Amino acid sequence: MSLTKEQKLEAYRLMMLIRRFEEKCAELYAAGDIGGFLHLYIGQEAIAVAARYALRPDDNLITAYRDHGVALARGLPTRNVMAEMLGKATGVSKGKGGSMHLADKEKRFWGGWAIVGGHLPLAAGIALADQYRGEDRITMAFMGDGSTNIGYFHEALNLSGVWKLPVVWVIENNQYGMGTAVTRASAVSDLVQKAEAYGMPCCVQVDGMDLLAVYENFVEAAGYVRSGEGPFLIEAITYRYRGHSMGDPERYRPVHEVEAKKADDPIDRWGAHLLEEGLATREDLEKIDEDVDLEIEDAVEFAKNSPDPAPEELYTDVYV
Amino acid sequence: MPEMTLIDAIREAMDEELARDERVFITGEDVGPRGGVFRATMGLYDKYGPDRVIDSPLAELSIVGIGIGAALAGMRPICEIQFADFIHPAFNQIISEAARMYYRSNGEWTVPLVIRSPYGGGIGGGLYHSQSVEAFFAHVPGLKVVIPATPRDAKGLLKSAVRDPNPVLFFEPKKGYRLIRGEVPEGEYTVPIGPANVTREGDDLTVYAYGMMHYYTLQAAEQVAAQDGIQCEVVDIRTLAPLDRETVLGSFRKTGKALIVYEDNRFLGYGAEIAAILSDEGFEYMDGPIRRLAGPDVPGVPFAHSMERFFMPGVEKIADAIRELAAY
Repeated sequence: MSLTKEQKLEAYRLMMLIRRFEEKCAELYAAGDIGGFLHLYIGQEAIAVAARYALRPDDNLITAYRDHGVALARGLPTRNVMAEMLGKATGVSKGKGGSMHLADKEKRFWGGWAIVGGHLPLAAGIALADQYRGEDRITMAFMGDGSTNIGYFHEALNLSGVWKLPVVWVIENNQYGMGTAVTRASAVSDLVQKAEAYGMPCCVQVDGMDLLAVYENFVEAAGYVRSGEGPFLIEAITYRYRGHSMGDPERYRPVHEVEAKKADDPIDRWGAHLLEEGLATREDLEKIDEDVDLEIEDAVEFAKNSPDPAPEELYTDVYV
Repeated sequence: MPEMTLIDAIREAMDEELARDERVFITGEDVGPRGGVFRATMGLYDKYGPDRVIDSPLAELSIVGIGIGAALAGMRPICEIQFADFIHPAFNQIISEAARMYYRSNGEWTVPLVIRSPYGGGIGGGLYHSQSVEAFFAHVPGLKVVIPATPRDAKGLLKSAVRDPNPVLFFEPKKGYRLIRGEVPEGEYTVPIGPANVTREGDDLTVYAYGMMHYYTLQAAEQVAAQDGIQCEVVDIRTLAPLDRETVLGSFRKTGKALIVYEDNRFLGYGAEIAAILSDEGFEYMDGPIRRLAGPDVPGVPFAHSMERFFMPGVEKIADAIRELAAY
């Protein structure tokens, strides 16, 4: 199952959309339009975008709090995601969720989750429901490297192994759990090794900055899991260019490390690949960039012009 | 009407709900062939098979986490936590996920989940098999908390809990599993989650209780009626959250005196909120101090029989508290 030309170009557009969306969010945060906490996905775009093409639209997708990119790649409307960032009534969660809790029931995007690792047992439960009903859907669960050290990870992966649940577990290893390097927090630095303890024979470590490599491994994993063989663990090695969240002084890593990683940028690499393959010209890519800029501007305008939630909304949706 | 024990009523509720709705399944530690530590699921594995009565690893947070995920995706899980004392590893899943799901998804996602768990002391279980945990959960909007005191209510309320679109914590007084017997209607019926129940009428004072304490309260009420001529009204709270404020206040308006009995630690226990509501909204009717009889403020229910008896409110302590309040 290789990507069509249209998908390859769209993948470029989506990665660029996420990049520009995140840069705009950083700007809006600095201007005070976005409050609270903001965790940017810049540098990790290839992973979420690969998932878009490796999964069927009716498969399940769930992730942690660094969720803007995953939501956009899944196809949540840019306008309503931006509105949620600003806490507006038109946001995907009517402003109750905010940056870390984007979700869309129709798209079976089960959300961003702000308690590290807390969503992993949920992913297993969602997969159990499909297995119980004999559906051939799978669940893909993203998590950060930090979440592999918390108990949820152990229980959820063990259970998925025992019950052979249809889950692709994806570790987005961006090297730091907040400010703590992986090697300072995990007894093994190759996180994919952890799969062995849960009876997952198929586990892969992949270059998360290489869209095609991530995509191909996701496709293989999805096929394996869909056939009923049990869960699969993938570790995508990636890097976030920005701090853990806005206002992170980043004392835990040298500037030259960040700059070196930027030379391996997933969007630059994918753009170069498209040029090399003759699938696009420089002008084509520039046109995509311009369209993305317009889409972001439109989303910001929509969000800014949207009303705040009404006070009475505070008490809605507590009980069914 | 046939008479049965509390635990038989609970099992019958699950049996009927499994038969009624394919989406219902049970998971928990040893709920399968072993039939559960207290035998609440005895025979259900043989009847419904391993896909619907699922033994889980010894892993409470994922028993609940799995339940939430499956409920989100359209199932109707009943998760058993072997003892209420063991629910704490799942605390985050219940508070951060189950309770908030409907709210954070602006009304799109529901968690039709039941968490069943035996609670309370009186069986020599000691520090980690005797706890009352209802106050932790009743504190959190989005959760329903139910504690039955009779076999009839246990069956009817559990069936309602399974059908409820909200997450329901269903705590069962384990001391009463085989001690509490009562009539249960034949055939299909449910008891709605929400309304409290006036289980004894009287004019002198109101005693509020639930679960095991309600069982003892009714006995104490009969004792003081026979020995002292005091007529208590008894309110079985049944649904701790959301609370039936009308019934609670209604009885207080009638008697003007309130004793709240609960087994949990007294400080910030469930009865503290009842007391606050009565003094706040029933002040004009108040005819005496609002009294609480509760477990002492110690970190756990001690093991030694003598100490456990000291810890637990029982018929005599309740009767004494009633007499003291009635004298006002």
